[in-house]
Amino acid sequence: MEELAAVFVARYNYWGVIILMGIGLYAMIAKTNMVKKIIGMNIFQTAIILFYISTAAKYGASIPIIAHGHGAQGHGIRAADYMNPLPHVLMLTAIVVSVATLGVALALAVRVYWNYDSLEEDEILNQIKAGQLNRK
Amino acid sequence: MKSIALTSVALLCAVLIYSTMGFPAWGDSDSPASTHVSDYYIENAVNDTAVPNLVTAVLADYRGYDTLFETTVVLIAGLACFFLLRRFKPRQPQHRLYRHIDTGITLIIEQGGKEPTDSEEFVRIDSRWVPYDLVIQQASCLVIPFLQLFALYVIAHGHHSPGGGFQGGVIFGATIILMAIANDLRSAARRVSERLGALMASAGVLIYAGIGALCILLGGSFLDYSALSKLFAFTPVMARSHGILGVEIGVAVAVSAVMIWIYYNLASAGRHEEGL
Amino acid sequence: MTSQIPALIIVVPLLVSLVVSLAAWIRQSLCYAAALCAMLVAWISAILVMGRVINQGVITYRMAGWAPPWGISWHIDHFNAIILILIATVALINLIATRSTAAREFEDRPGVFYALYLLFVTGLMGIVITGDIFNLYVLLEIASLSGYALLGMGSGRAAVSSLSYLFIGTIGASLYLFGAGYLYIATGSLNMADIAAILPTIEQTGVIQVSFILCLIGLFMKMAFFPLHTWLPNAYTHAPNSSASLIAPLTTKVMIYVMIRIVLFVYQPEFAFAEMDIDRVIVWLAVIAILAGSMLAWKQERLKRMLAYIIVAEVGYMVGGFWLGNTAGMTGAVLHILNDAMMTLCLFLAAGAVISRVQTDAFGALQGVFTKMPFSMIAFVAGALSIIGVPPTCGFFSKWYLISGGMEAGHYAFVAALIISSLVNVLLFFRVIEIGYFEPFDSHHHKNGQTVREAPLDMLVPLLVTAGLLIVMGFYANTLVTWIVKPAISAATMGGL
Repeated sequence: MEELAAVFVARYNYWGVIILMGIGLYAMIAKTNMVKKIIGMNIFQTAIILFYISTAAKYGASIPIIAHGHGAQGHGIRAADYMNPLPHVLMLTAIVVSVATLGVALALAVRVYWNYDSLEEDEILNQIKAGQLNRK
Repeated sequence: MKSIALTSVALLCAVLIYSTMGFPAWGDSDSPASTHVSDYYIENAVNDTAVPNLVTAVLADYRGYDTLFETTVVLIAGLACFFLLRRFKPRQPQHRLYRHIDTGITLIIEQGGKEPTDSEEFVRIDSRWVPYDLVIQQASCLVIPFLQLFALYVIAHGHHSPGGGFQGGVIFGATIILMAIANDLRSAARRVSERLGALMASAGVLIYAGIGALCILLGGSFLDYSALSKLFAFTPVMARSHGILGVEIGVAVAVSAVMIWIYYNLASAGRHEEGL
Repeated sequence: MTSQIPALIIVVPLLVSLVVSLAAWIRQSLCYAAALCAMLVAWISAILVMGRVINQGVITYRMAGWAPPWGISWHIDHFNAIILILIATVALINLIATRSTAAREFEDRPGVFYALYLLFVTGLMGIVITGDIFNLYVLLEIASLSGYALLGMGSGRAAVSSLSYLFIGTIGASLYLFGAGYLYIATGSLNMADIAAILPTIEQTGVIQVSFILCLIGLFMKMAFFPLHTWLPNAYTHAPNSSASLIAPLTTKVMIYVMIRIVLFVYQPEFAFAEMDIDRVIVWLAVIAILAGSMLAWKQERLKRMLAYIIVAEVGYMVGGFWLGNTAGMTGAVLHILNDAMMTLCLFLAAGAVISRVQTDAFGALQGVFTKMPFSMIAFVAGALSIIGVPPTCGFFSKWYLISGGMEAGHYAFVAALIISSLVNVLLFFRVIEIGYFEPFDSHHHKNGQTVREAPLDMLVPLLVTAGLLIVMGFYANTLVTWIVKPAISAATMGGL
């Protein structure tokens, strides 16, 4: 029992991230509304961001800003005192990418709405099958 | 369909959760991720770049090439929204609504009628107009200057505290969006027009890439800010520090402008006439 | 200063794309000229870099002057140098050929079109040139996002197809990023060469295997490997012609390049082939991809849609050839990346020329196009022969390597699939040629029958140049293999295989 608890404590954040990823993926596969799919995509990307951020943590370490580190005087810094800055940097990039993807996805969704007056996938498919296209 | 999706996603999650058993424990300071590359950044970033905020140092210098393209991704989102949505032909409205400021009377100008555009007494309102909420308008008027000041602080203080170009730029963009929400799209567009936003978006990324290209002209590699020391009277380390500030400003200009630009295009479905 | 030439390949298109997006608000007419100059500079510097790689070996370019595991560095060897030339060539030819098409399709926003065009090309070149697995993801998204915008601008179903491409593409890229995260946890590094040095020294756990599978699935989604291909046919069919003929030849090929790069240079052959033991499974999937792609192409009634399904089959060729795991198969796969990009460009440009005159690409409307547009159709036939694999066109040589690789590996199903697919291609293209050549021009089918004439010169010349290149590349196939493809592969497979 104690071993199980140790495994849980050492991994639970990764498990949470993976479950979050599953939720996002499920929304993208099972939902028919385009906006819900876009939200699912965002959850999926957020899960990966949290996954990377988890890897930056270190027990007993502080935020990655050197205290009293003004003007190129960084002597006597111990790496164990500060968190790993690299995953934060990477995920700053990934956040921006996911925001940009969201913007493009919403713009495309607006265009879809112009063409079909609907964001429901099955209705759009029916309209495509019927060969109609009302262009505004 | 839904049950198939649920089963396959659950299976995938199970496999992935099982695979985490091979991970080092969370927070283990001896794991490869916390020792191999990151130690170098923590121990040397201040000596190399004179920037105490390690995230800023790694973001804008060691991995500045990533960040350049990160800013470019934002610009692409702005360009894409414009490219996909913008409709230049103004819709032929059946009528336009004008409100007399003093009395609150609404005029309906039919198509072809004379519009009181020059008048100080009339103001154009959206077709789905709700009465102005005085509290929201005045509160946003009060808050916006301080928010903008805070945005500038966040941009300028990225070297020493959490912050930098992206965060400050987003706050700055949000103030204009707040103005557009509290009033209407036109009053925001009077402050920051579409053309200005688009030009600033490209110019911001151009500042970043231009600083990088300047480093090539001065004999360094692309984005090697220490080459800037030949141009200014800096030591190479301080040149890196100031180079980081320069690119952060470029990032802030680009991000704030793109946020506004995307909002204009999405909120008005490309017409730029009436917003949300 | 000559050490800075590699930087020009990325920096010049990037800077000019920014200038173009500024100029779009000042003078639209400057945009095309600026884009053309940028592509020319990028093309010339790619060729100069190739020369340096052949003379001096691998070039490592340190971004911002930082040494590799800490900073981002570029790693340019024979393999990515030739892909850089390929991307620059395709983008340059397509830029010239689609000038009038783009002016018609995006009448009030050509400036932004050229900005996105250059950013797409920058993204692809950045993917190819980089030596950092996370940087690869960022540039992948640059190329993808500008690609979604370019594809989504078409009329009708374009936005829906582009949105579903965006969903699948984002999942693919995110899975790749997730796999890279597993690698980062296991090794603590993001630099490809550094990871390749660390991986053999650490204990091989499930983490690395899962990261390998995640990266691979993500890339399969991006390259439209059957059965993850569903986004491709719709996205390319409904896209504007000027962007379809840029994106269709390049995206899938660059993704195949990334797969080869990741497998050979990061995970390395011993792990990927011997330890994972999934090569036979993937070759079987490739067999299915080839057969399914060819069969689905047979059912189509429109030219561009048929070409899109042929791409699905061609992806199967390259993935299968690579995973055969022997030198001949890999040579065939690498050579086929080059050939297939040029063939696809040729066919899509020809289809674009036909559409610009006939207004549609439905087979029924193509009667008599050979008499009306002889030169365009000659180029089309050259592309078709190359896809089928008729000597002396270049398609023959890569297919030859692929088949001999299949024989060597004893994978006869793959060989059979290649031959069947070639036969189906014969039928596919013969059907088009039969309608276009033997059936007389019927003005009943054409509302504007009188206006169907040869494509304009600015479209025709690049098209004929592409068709000529197909034959030139066929003649120089051996030179290409000895000078470029062999060194590219042997660098990676020195230890294994």
